[in-house]
Amino acid sequence: MLTAVFTAALALLALGAGGAALRRHTLVYSGSAAACAVAFLAALLWLLGSGGEPEHLVLPVGLPWLPVHLRLDALAAFFLLLVDGLGLLASIYALGYGRHEEEPGRVLPFYPAFLAGMNFALLADDAFSFLVAWEFMSLASWLLVLASHRQPETRRAAYIYLVMAAFGTMALILAFGVLAGPEGGYSFEQMRQRPDALWPATLVAFLVLVGAGSKAGLAPLHVWLPLAHPAAPSHVSALMSGAMTKVAVYVIIRILFELVDTVVWWWGLVFLLVGGGSALVGVLFAVVQRDLKTLLASSTIENLGIVIAAVGLAIAFKANGLPLLGAMALVAGLFHALNHAVFKGLLFLGAGAVLVATGTRDLERLGGLIHRMPYTALVFLVGCAAIAAIPPLNGFASEWLIFQSVIEGAVLPQWSLQFAVPVVGALVALSAALALAAFVRAFGIAFLGRPRAAETAAAREVEATMRMPMGVLAGLAILLGLVPGLALTVIGPVIEALFGTVAISAAAGRFLWLVPPGRLDVAYSGFGLFAAGAVLLALTIAAVKRVSRRKPRRSAPWDCGFPDPHPATQYSAAGFAQPIRRVFADSVFRAVERVDMPAPGEQRSARLEVRFEDRAWTLIYAPIARAVGTVTERLNVLQFLTIRRNLSLMFGALVLLLAIIAVLR
Amino acid sequence: MSWLFQLLQAALVLAVAPLLTGFVRVLKARLLGRQGPPLLQPYRDLLRLLRKDPVIADNASWLFRGAPYLGFALIWLGACLIPTFSSRIGLGATADFIALMGILAGARFVQALAGLDVGTAFGGIGSSRDMMIGALAEPAVLMVIFTVSLLTHTTSLPLISEFMQTGSVGLRVSLALALIALVMVAIAENARIPVDNPATHLELTMVHEAMVLEYSGRHLALIEATAMLKLVLYLSLIAAIFVPFGMATGTGPAGAIALGLATWVGKLAAGGALLAVFETSIAKMRVFRVSEFLGGALLLGLLATIYLYVTRAL
Repeated sequence: MLTAVFTAALALLALGAGGAALRRHTLVYSGSAAACAVAFLAALLWLLGSGGEPEHLVLPVGLPWLPVHLRLDALAAFFLLLVDGLGLLASIYALGYGRHEEEPGRVLPFYPAFLAGMNFALLADDAFSFLVAWEFMSLASWLLVLASHRQPETRRAAYIYLVMAAFGTMALILAFGVLAGPEGGYSFEQMRQRPDALWPATLVAFLVLVGAGSKAGLAPLHVWLPLAHPAAPSHVSALMSGAMTKVAVYVIIRILFELVDTVVWWWGLVFLLVGGGSALVGVLFAVVQRDLKTLLASSTIENLGIVIAAVGLAIAFKANGLPLLGAMALVAGLFHALNHAVFKGLLFLGAGAVLVATGTRDLERLGGLIHRMPYTALVFLVGCAAIAAIPPLNGFASEWLIFQSVIEGAVLPQWSLQFAVPVVGALVALSAALALAAFVRAFGIAFLGRPRAAETAAAREVEATMRMPMGVLAGLAILLGLVPGLALTVIGPVIEALFGTVAISAAAGRFLWLVPPGRLDVAYSGFGLFAAGAVLLALTIAAVKRVSRRKPRRSAPWDCGFPDPHPATQYSAAGFAQPIRRVFADSVFRAVERVDMPAPGEQRSARLEVRFEDRAWTLIYAPIARAVGTVTERLNVLQFLTIRRNLSLMFGALVLLLAIIAVLR
Repeated sequence: MSWLFQLLQAALVLAVAPLLTGFVRVLKARLLGRQGPPLLQPYRDLLRLLRKDPVIADNASWLFRGAPYLGFALIWLGACLIPTFSSRIGLGATADFIALMGILAGARFVQALAGLDVGTAFGGIGSSRDMMIGALAEPAVLMVIFTVSLLTHTTSLPLISEFMQTGSVGLRVSLALALIALVMVAIAENARIPVDNPATHLELTMVHEAMVLEYSGRHLALIEATAMLKLVLYLSLIAAIFVPFGMATGTGPAGAIALGLATWVGKLAAGGALLAVFETSIAKMRVFRVSEFLGGALLLGLLATIYLYVTRAL
């Protein structure tokens, strides 16, 4: 199975190289779809039938002392499912979407390369090949972000992304350096065997949180994500948000639950707080965004925050010797990661369909698409309901498990965790509720009401190759909610490998139920709720039909007697977010509302200006950028020294370094 | 037997809901010195609306027409999950307190979307404000869930009721805080004074009424019935958690069931009376004060949970 995945990834790499020459999008995308399908099936079969024994492969290439190690185990296989499953659907979607690409030469070579990078990062079993694959993934996605390079904001987004990606990789390099230890055991197998002392392990934990966390978009390292993810073509946005952020989660789990053998409870505290904070910050920005794809990207920050909070809880449980509860929290986190890949993939593909049909992603120009794009509207609605955690869809199932884990957090003995766990529970609950608002707004403004621009009024439904993948993802969002046992079946081997126990088994008869470990009294069955709700709905319809036989009459909207046909009289996206923006304005956005009301008799129109900013920019990034600017400005003098001074400077540096060595020896 | 109880409860909550609303209206009228409508007026109103022609805006979609049915079914489902007269209900194991909140969020989702469907300013204002209220109310309820489940070691509603009935929890500060938080949320969620006014048609103050302004005929009847059912749901929820006394815990004997029924109706009446007194004694808030009101509920809930965590550690 490992060879199958490896061959598929190699094929993707070859497609990327060939894509530059071929320039035929059908060929590149169908090839990518086939390779992803092979890797997906191989990973699925491995998870279902292998019995959990990892497969190894050592290639005769790489560094002289460190050949490339590959390994397929449960953790890698689970994330391969996510990456390649979404990759398969995004590739099929791109068969239709790619026709609307302005400069296909800027997308086609890098798209398969991006997929190959993610696959190799998951397969790598030594630090060197992992980092190469990771950088490959980052750079390929950076080039994809630059696809529409003519817009200045895209170039800015790509620049910021590049800086942040380099920063993240630097942190990961340092983390692997510490893990390898002084004797330099850079293969993961050597890292697994090496015992870790407390402080080096702690250093690794935080370097990983920073390095992988910047890729996952955890606050305050999230600023690049809402800029870069939407700038790429929509099928790439779906992969960046749905799959690439999951590779970051994979790294965190791989290192903290496997390569490091000590865990300390207060790492869990830090992860919990970072996760809870990211969830709230992400969703608040999602509520106020005007651009549909930026809104989706902001909500990725929220969902990754929830996953990381679950991981933090798992660390806290594990460090306190509660493997069963730790396993449950990690199941919740992985389940949410899977669900996020499904519904965020669906929503980005839906946003891409809207973009193709209307030419805009600006919510203030959309509206009424439910009449013009009925299929896209329906699947987008399913995605919105899933991400807003409405039962019986999949988003609710994983959030239910997370809340159950939070409640179990009461058994944790440390004081600070006692405070932090309910606070993080409240943060996650607040984010879930705000996500509901954000996605009611996204769907309600874009798809309901009346079109706000001429091009929106002329929108048409997209072609079948784009509709099919969205339909599959919507079906999965429903299926994973009704039958959570399907997800637990593929998560089970991962948990067994990491904890030696299966917290929530999907044994016979339990396919439809979620039951926390060791509990008999608490359960949730999405299918049961769905069935009961369907019966009640049928009863309601039948009863109303019996009493009320009149046919509905169509007429102009009532609107309290003063309907105005102009679409600008509808509620706008900015207006919809206004109450929530006001409630959280001072603390998070520093929103400034300025009303310019002309005096009576003046001819100019009144203006309302609203500005808000991400405080992470002003508090963290702007000072750093300023400091770097000042330092380089000062050091610039060195470039213009005379050759005599230059030589004496070099001599001085040499003496200094030798002196340091002499002292340290 | 438990499924029989479940059916009985599904029918009972439906039958009792207009009566409770009528009762609150009569009581409020009397407190204001008015005669008030007859007790059974809500039934007549519903029937009248059902018989009328539904008028639908030209550009309304299927979502607009389907939302009242779906919203009603969701609230009805929620009302079926709460133990009322007996804790033996068939659906008790299918969904717990957290799932109940999910169902209520689903009903809010459907109704807010329907408010945006026609594309009028009133629908938008209602949906937008309802989302703000929901964004603060939902986490507050979740904090109440945390508190109660820490005390009773379960999130299953029938088991919470049975545990609280034994009285072994005793009087707890956390429980009082959670009760206040849940009552505040219930007031907001049912669009009651001081958060919203069920009788108003003044656009500056209304939330729920603005959202459903475009509805008429049977659709409006369903929405009105949903609101009535929601009041029963929240009063039953508060009763099931904080005053479950009198509720039957087994499948018999008939006397215990009858006692359960009688006490449930009594609790609903008491809750309705308290609501009427509260509503007549307080003024409506400005919309942007609502966030402070519900933020208070959220903080009370959080305080209740943290207080419990801390006292458990001692």
